[in-house]
Amino acid sequence: MFSFESYLDLPLIWLGLIGTAIFLYVLLDGFDLGIGVLFPFAPTDQCRDRMMNSIAPFWDANETWLVLGGGGLFAAFPLAYAILMPALYIPVIFMLLGLIFRGVAFEFRFKATRSRRLWDYSFHFGSLLAALMQGMILGAFVRGFQVQGRSFAGGSFDWLNAYSVMTGIALIFGYALLGATWLVMKTDGVTQEWARRSASCVLAYVGLFMVIVSISMPMMNADVKNLWFSMPMFFYLLPMPLVTAGLFIQIWRELRGTSEYRSFFLSLLVFLMGYIGLVVSLWPWLVPFSVTFRQAAAAGTSQSLLLVGTVIMLPVVLAYTAFCYYLFRGKASHEGAY
Amino acid sequence: MIENLDPVLLARIQFAFTISFHILFPAFTIGLASWLAVLEWRWLSAGESSYAQTYRMWVKIFAVTFGMGVVSGVVMSFQFGTNWSAFSDKAGNVLGPLLGYEVLTAFFLEASFLGVMLFGWNRVSPRMHFASTIVVAAGTVISAFWILSANSWMQTPQGYRIGEAGLFYPVNWLEVIFNPSFPYRFVHMVTAAYLTTAFVVGGIGAFYLARGRHHKCARVMFGMAMIMAIFVAPMQLLFGDMHGLNTLKHQPAKVAAMEGLWETTTGAPLNLFGWPDQEAEKTKYAIEIPKLSSLILTHDLNGKVVGLKAWPKEDRPPVWVVFWCFRIMVGLGVLMILTGLTALVLYLKKQLFEATWFHYWCMAMTPAGFLAVLAGWFVTEVGRQPYIIYGVMRATEAVSPVAASPIAMSVTAFVLTYGFIFGSGTYYILKLIRKGPDSEEEVYGAHGVKKPPLLTGLVSEEGGPHV
Repeated sequence: MFSFESYLDLPLIWLGLIGTAIFLYVLLDGFDLGIGVLFPFAPTDQCRDRMMNSIAPFWDANETWLVLGGGGLFAAFPLAYAILMPALYIPVIFMLLGLIFRGVAFEFRFKATRSRRLWDYSFHFGSLLAALMQGMILGAFVRGFQVQGRSFAGGSFDWLNAYSVMTGIALIFGYALLGATWLVMKTDGVTQEWARRSASCVLAYVGLFMVIVSISMPMMNADVKNLWFSMPMFFYLLPMPLVTAGLFIQIWRELRGTSEYRSFFLSLLVFLMGYIGLVVSLWPWLVPFSVTFRQAAAAGTSQSLLLVGTVIMLPVVLAYTAFCYYLFRGKASHEGAY
Repeated sequence: MIENLDPVLLARIQFAFTISFHILFPAFTIGLASWLAVLEWRWLSAGESSYAQTYRMWVKIFAVTFGMGVVSGVVMSFQFGTNWSAFSDKAGNVLGPLLGYEVLTAFFLEASFLGVMLFGWNRVSPRMHFASTIVVAAGTVISAFWILSANSWMQTPQGYRIGEAGLFYPVNWLEVIFNPSFPYRFVHMVTAAYLTTAFVVGGIGAFYLARGRHHKCARVMFGMAMIMAIFVAPMQLLFGDMHGLNTLKHQPAKVAAMEGLWETTTGAPLNLFGWPDQEAEKTKYAIEIPKLSSLILTHDLNGKVVGLKAWPKEDRPPVWVVFWCFRIMVGLGVLMILTGLTALVLYLKKQLFEATWFHYWCMAMTPAGFLAVLAGWFVTEVGRQPYIIYGVMRATEAVSPVAASPIAMSVTAFVLTYGFIFGSGTYYILKLIRKGPDSEEEVYGAHGVKKPPLLTGLVSEEGGPHV
């Protein structure tokens, strides 16, 4: 049986890969879900058609990153998967239900005539529910889980508390920012004007929530506090909040200017900073604060087998994903679904 | 009250419900994707516009079905963890990589190129569009390869060892992936998917023929479907027989349940029908054909077939489910073969496209493939109970530490959601079928498409709030 564990740090590589898959999911489905969140607030039905068309060719592949995140976690860190999924049973199920209503709306909406309104709301509330649940999962995750032996030992509603509600709402706003700036890039005219205004408005809330999360995390956990506020780590990590603040100011300026692309990519960077902040704070826990990524790692031979496939397939996947984005470049039209 | 329910039973109900719902979509899209590739090839090579019209009609149905398959499939990838976490922990080392390969080699391929297939009409060349259709079709089969390999390993596990904390460790990947039941299950299922599609397409084609609508396209649909019925339906009988013999070798209890055979018998009769009684340990009201079971299973009139009593009561599957589902599957298979034979006779008499009575018969056969696929999966999945990994791990040892009430809630939510989604999906597919292929005048331009096909006619014709 082949295994690379003697000369590669497989758990670390896999943490990086799964982390990347989940982050790509957050970015890519983030703007899809954000568009769903903003959907009913658009000024006209024509805007809504345009919004939907701007993501229709991509949403399916975007959601596949979630399957890779989930499936990859099962493959590379089965213990973490086996503890987290029961612990997050209810929010995961509701997230899946939200994604169902969101996903089928793409296919059904353009085939509906009288019932189109129904699928508009299915799209909106599905996206809203999925975003809320993902944010609440994040909130529950940073507060940690009760574990006994190799399984979850807490209650069915441990994930539900004021903090997770706050992170849930925070992620809704975060996704709305990605969605709005995506629309600035992919649409023009009335839709773009409206997207610019919405993005500015949402941006303020995203900033507020990032401040709340950044202050609350060290307050809730002594290790996180020690990490961020001890010397010399304080100075090593200081650039992160400063860069993030700079990004917010720049997005604000870009939204007032004429640039169509920059606000979206800068918003992606805001998410990247937030994600790095979380990773740094929670290192090395994969099930906070009970199981590290090394403890949760699958057998070396299992991680090795999948690594071979990943090294070959991931560049291919990224290449044809890029090809699809290139193919459907330019402004989305309100007509021409398919 | 909910607290008194058995969480294992609820988790089983949920998994059975969600996977049964999900399998309907791959069963249809695997065949449909391949058929669309053939249609597009005929269209590009022969330039016959009826192929193009047929393609454009069915690609819309494909999109709706595929969408429902995707959303119900995402649910499956999380349910191993939410409901079967002890299983995920123990078997993750073996099954995780197989599922990982499915995502990497199939899901991304399908999802990305489906976008090109549906929306790329005016953005890529006809060749590139054709290539995208082929890639999507290949993706569906690759996906079936990995998931059936994982399922087959749970039926006939090999190439592993059990290490510390009862965890499974892979020892030989080739033995894991190509486990004994996998080749048979793979061929049997992919063929079943092709037949499912053929009977749906044939049924719709027959509907148009019987109504005298869309004659050219209807001939394409009906003709190609009948080719499948004539040639592939009998092949499926052969594949099914081979799969059954493989099951006899590795899971004899399942075969005993399929046969409703309780005592180990030489020269065992075939129970054509009957009522297996789990408590009384016999099959009541059985209509028997002497020695046939031995002949089929051992290819010897007096061969020995092991009965269910050879296993302790707690190791036997629920016999009546396996027994009856097996008969439903085989019965539908026989009807498919008869349909193929009839089609052959009518074709030779040059009446295939005129015999209205036969068109009505084929309309009635439209859901046959779906029912046969479901029945077949019930045979194989119920038949391996009480094990989740055959002979090694029981379903009761596999379940998550989740209380009954959240599972009762999620089962209810899934039933309501899927009922609503499935109802709506069926409604929109029926709407597309009622409308039929676009008329010929609309076909022009480099790729035979003026406007993106879904909008052509549907939204613009029927109005609505769209612009």
